[in-house]
Amino acid sequence: MTWAVVLGLSAAAYLAKVIGLVALRDARLVRRAVPLLRHLPPAVLAGLVIVQTMGGTGGIEVDARLAGLAAAGVAVWRRAPFLVVVAVAAAVTAGLRALT
Amino acid sequence: MSRRSHVRDALAIGLGVAVFGMAFGVLTIQAGGTVWHAMALSLLTFTGGSQFALAGVIQAGGSVATALTGAILLALRNGVYGLALSSTITGGLGRRMLAAHFVIDESTAMAIAQPDPEQAQSAFWTTGLSLFVFWNVGTVIGALGGNVLGDPAGVGLDVAFPAGFLALMGPALRTRAGAIAAAVGAAIALVALPTTSPGVPVLLAAAGAFVAHVLTRDSGAP
Repeated sequence: MTWAVVLGLSAAAYLAKVIGLVALRDARLVRRAVPLLRHLPPAVLAGLVIVQTMGGTGGIEVDARLAGLAAAGVAVWRRAPFLVVVAVAAAVTAGLRALT
Repeated sequence: MSRRSHVRDALAIGLGVAVFGMAFGVLTIQAGGTVWHAMALSLLTFTGGSQFALAGVIQAGGSVATALTGAILLALRNGVYGLALSSTITGGLGRRMLAAHFVIDESTAMAIAQPDPEQAQSAFWTTGLSLFVFWNVGTVIGALGGNVLGDPAGVGLDVAFPAGFLALMGPALRTRAGAIAAAVGAAIALVALPTTSPGVPVLLAAAGAFVAHVLTRDSGAP
């Protein structure tokens, strides 16, 4: 861990954020793509959810996390509040881990 | 979602983030970093996935180049979020440049869960600022004091984040376009997961938005 690495990563991370949020906002291509842009967060977040619940050292790993996510899916479908969804998922996953 | 409920949810996410901040502080010290390195990363990089990737690879003995490449790949998705939020976040250039620092998974997910642009903007700032405080406080505690809380996975906290994202995607998932975008994004990530570097599956998932756009643009449905 060196300061060059710390500051290099910080600069790259901010650059990615600011290019997306500020620099490209008025680009003609982006203005034309506005109807498409609002579909980006659900697509990217869905990808993130998969990686966070099935990612592991050996590629895809199916474990207690997936059961927690399935429980969360049911809770979201039943329109449960945010904190309930989170609590249900954590409880199912932690419960399964305690049993196995 | 009312303003009060999104403040409550943002604080709850913040508490969870503080626990991971502590884990990050501990990991940075294990990776041979100082308390100052840990604090600088959380204050300036402020994107947890990348920070964990950097410290994790270095701690495991990987090269700095590998660590940095992986961390940057993970940070690129914030650019995609930024693009998606660019018409939502208003204000002068200075305000938008500041807002950029807070464009992360959680602030984006909270913004898209809101029924209108005004509340989306408010939820973005509330979540971004709350997480910034909790993440940095957690980092300092972890870096100085070590692991005071035990393993986050023990209480299922590792699943709390994807579950929370799923909850915040609820309103989008109830539209045809949002459901298509999410389903295609998830499928792409699943296929890419075993064969690509960390960060890449999530970036490729963005293609789900194109599919959703093409399949729904003529129907007039949201």
